[in-house]
Amino acid sequence: MATMNMIQALNSAMATMMARDPSVVVFGEDVGYFGGVFRATEGLQKKFGKHRCFDTPISEGGIVGAAIGMGAYGMRPVVEIQFADYIYPAFDQLTSEAARIRYRSAGDFNAPIVVRTPYGGGIFGGQTHSQSPEGLFTHVVGLKVVIPSTPYDAKGLLISSIEDDDPVIFMEPKRLYTGPFDGRHDVAVKPWSVHPASEVPEDYYRIPLGKASIVRPGEDVTILAYGTMVHVALAAAQESGVDAEVIDLRSLIPLDVDTIMSSVNKTGRCIVVHEATKTSGFGAELAALVQRECFYQLEAPVERVTGWDIPYPHAFEWQYFPGPARVAAAMRQAMEA
Amino acid sequence: MLHSPRLDRQAVALRPARNAPLTLRIPEPAARPGEPANFSKLRLSAPGAVRRPSLDAEPRSIHDLAYELIRVLDDDGNAVGPWVPELSSAMLISNLRTMMLTRVFDERMYRAQRQGKCSFYVRSTGEEAVSAAQAAALESTDMMFGSYRSQGLLIARGYPVIKMMGQVYSNVLDPLLGRQMPVMYSSREHNYFTISGNLGTQFIQAVGWAMGSALSGDTRIAASWIGDGTTAEGDFHYALTFASVYRAPVILNVVNNQWAISSFQGIAGGDEAPFAARAIGYGLPALRVDGNDFLAVYAATKWAAQRARSNHGATLIELFTYRADAHSTSDDPSRYRPADEATKWPLGDPIARLKQHLIVRGEWSEQKHAALQEEVTQEVRALQKEAESNGVHGNNQTASPKTMFEGVFKEPDPRLLKQRQEAGF
Repeated sequence: MATMNMIQALNSAMATMMARDPSVVVFGEDVGYFGGVFRATEGLQKKFGKHRCFDTPISEGGIVGAAIGMGAYGMRPVVEIQFADYIYPAFDQLTSEAARIRYRSAGDFNAPIVVRTPYGGGIFGGQTHSQSPEGLFTHVVGLKVVIPSTPYDAKGLLISSIEDDDPVIFMEPKRLYTGPFDGRHDVAVKPWSVHPASEVPEDYYRIPLGKASIVRPGEDVTILAYGTMVHVALAAAQESGVDAEVIDLRSLIPLDVDTIMSSVNKTGRCIVVHEATKTSGFGAELAALVQRECFYQLEAPVERVTGWDIPYPHAFEWQYFPGPARVAAAMRQAMEA
Repeated sequence: MLHSPRLDRQAVALRPARNAPLTLRIPEPAARPGEPANFSKLRLSAPGAVRRPSLDAEPRSIHDLAYELIRVLDDDGNAVGPWVPELSSAMLISNLRTMMLTRVFDERMYRAQRQGKCSFYVRSTGEEAVSAAQAAALESTDMMFGSYRSQGLLIARGYPVIKMMGQVYSNVLDPLLGRQMPVMYSSREHNYFTISGNLGTQFIQAVGWAMGSALSGDTRIAASWIGDGTTAEGDFHYALTFASVYRAPVILNVVNNQWAISSFQGIAGGDEAPFAARAIGYGLPALRVDGNDFLAVYAATKWAAQRARSNHGATLIELFTYRADAHSTSDDPSRYRPADEATKWPLGDPIARLKQHLIVRGEWSEQKHAALQEEVTQEVRALQKEAESNGVHGNNQTASPKTMFEGVFKEPDPRLLKQRQEAGF
């Protein structure tokens, strides 16, 4: 065991897989010699050589397209898109190609690629460094979408994603890289080292995709969250005094429907939280699922607490970010319903 | 009084002229329907006139080859100049057969579409030498990332034509289980990557495959094909950039058949500079080749393949040809180009030219050609009969509909099990 922040855990996952499997290669903008703008690939080139970890042109479509070709060759590329906000030039390669190659070729070819990309706000990144586009990818059949919320989960989930034979969009809540930020922006964020999930095995381990984690058991209301919002939900539970059951989905596709259903059937109340804008967000899918599967147990409408339907505004970070106060208010409202 | 329209007009007229009004050029082809075909602007070199550089030539030392046109066969069918490949007559006859088979297959499938037996079809008429010669110049273990007009590559690799028909008919013989519209073939066994209907995506994928091969210390190279119109896509730029930066062992082919549906190649920027010349800015070598000349295409591709195999990296090849038929069964070229353009194409027909060459070599005759034509036609006709006995599009002789819920992911998807039950399969 070692104490790791999320960056170190991700780095450890890639290093572990590169050591185990010579077909794992890591590339992207600034990821080689420099080790990535967030340092996630630091030291990988030095350790494994520049044929295993290298810099690419500023070309997201090229990075993903090349990864698909390499995957078809038989490698397991793990590529970094520097910010999720930059992923759109690769959208065609992801949605029309990576996601469809297995199906359209009836299994002749597949795209065993991982696209790592930091997402989310809380860093004063404005609208081009703060977006949460997970809902664009959950809507694409053939893609898996994975989002960790702790260093321990980040490593185990990334290893599972690298070993997966289908394409995985691995979205990293960049506000959590160095500490479990819970949305209380006026309070100093504790480092990961004081959080139990910073205890990370240095060796190989997997966390299966499609298995949610109940991070706070509770009886009164179910909070469905992922990424940064898991910690926001925990803070909101503390603030509100409501006995909330907080579920970290960990992977959106595949989705752990059983854990969601058994929790909501127990609590009778459900709040979905995400940073992404509201309309057509993944929260809409979760709300539809819960109302369909748990309708007769529901005692309150399924509520969504999300980013507002506006581009992420630079100067109004905390008015946009769905922090613990908004989540707590939704909890209290659900309890009053 | 001051603002009378008349005075305002005078004010405009009296304003001193400084900058002329800006104008925008909208490119137009040399001729439209009702006009005679006009090829006066084509950049053609004389047969045998273009030099053949060494395999390790510096890209910057061969910029002229992006503007010339490599031709081997002259108008009489003689093979001339430094690019003449040493090929046996048996090999040429075998490839002539591949080209003829491709054309007959295309014609039969086109007619099948017109008879309502398949939803869609794309012919490669006039472009058969590109596929046959390039497949022949590669090794069978090299990976091909083709386009929807690359059926000739698959035929040249010996893929069973009846399976192609099954794919076109989406019947029970379709290896792709009815999931793809006609002509979007796939065959891992034949190193033929699954065809995408989205243009150009395969270009950078081919570069990625080649990078994977090189990273693995393999000896196989990759090749990809796009059309002239697709050079305007970002994927073209991605592919050339990555191929250049990493010196990937890949051949990047632009099949310039002059037309992208109804848009002539000038709409993609081909009037300003040949598509081959795009390579110059990337520091890649480029060859511009007569795509209707089997020998020239073979020789140029062999040059690029040997170069890639010797770790000199990628080559961009522009195959200068002509799309003799419609873009697809959903297209009507009489609405946008002269009716006689195909027959007047100055570089002729690829099958007729290889036939003529074989006759000049003393290895072929009109009689033998007619007999081969008959043989190929009978073969395709028999295959078509057998294929159709296994179903045509729309008559429900397909893979089981329940298979449509399978294979999105490697592992079964619980959502899809439920949806399959909901659908009643």
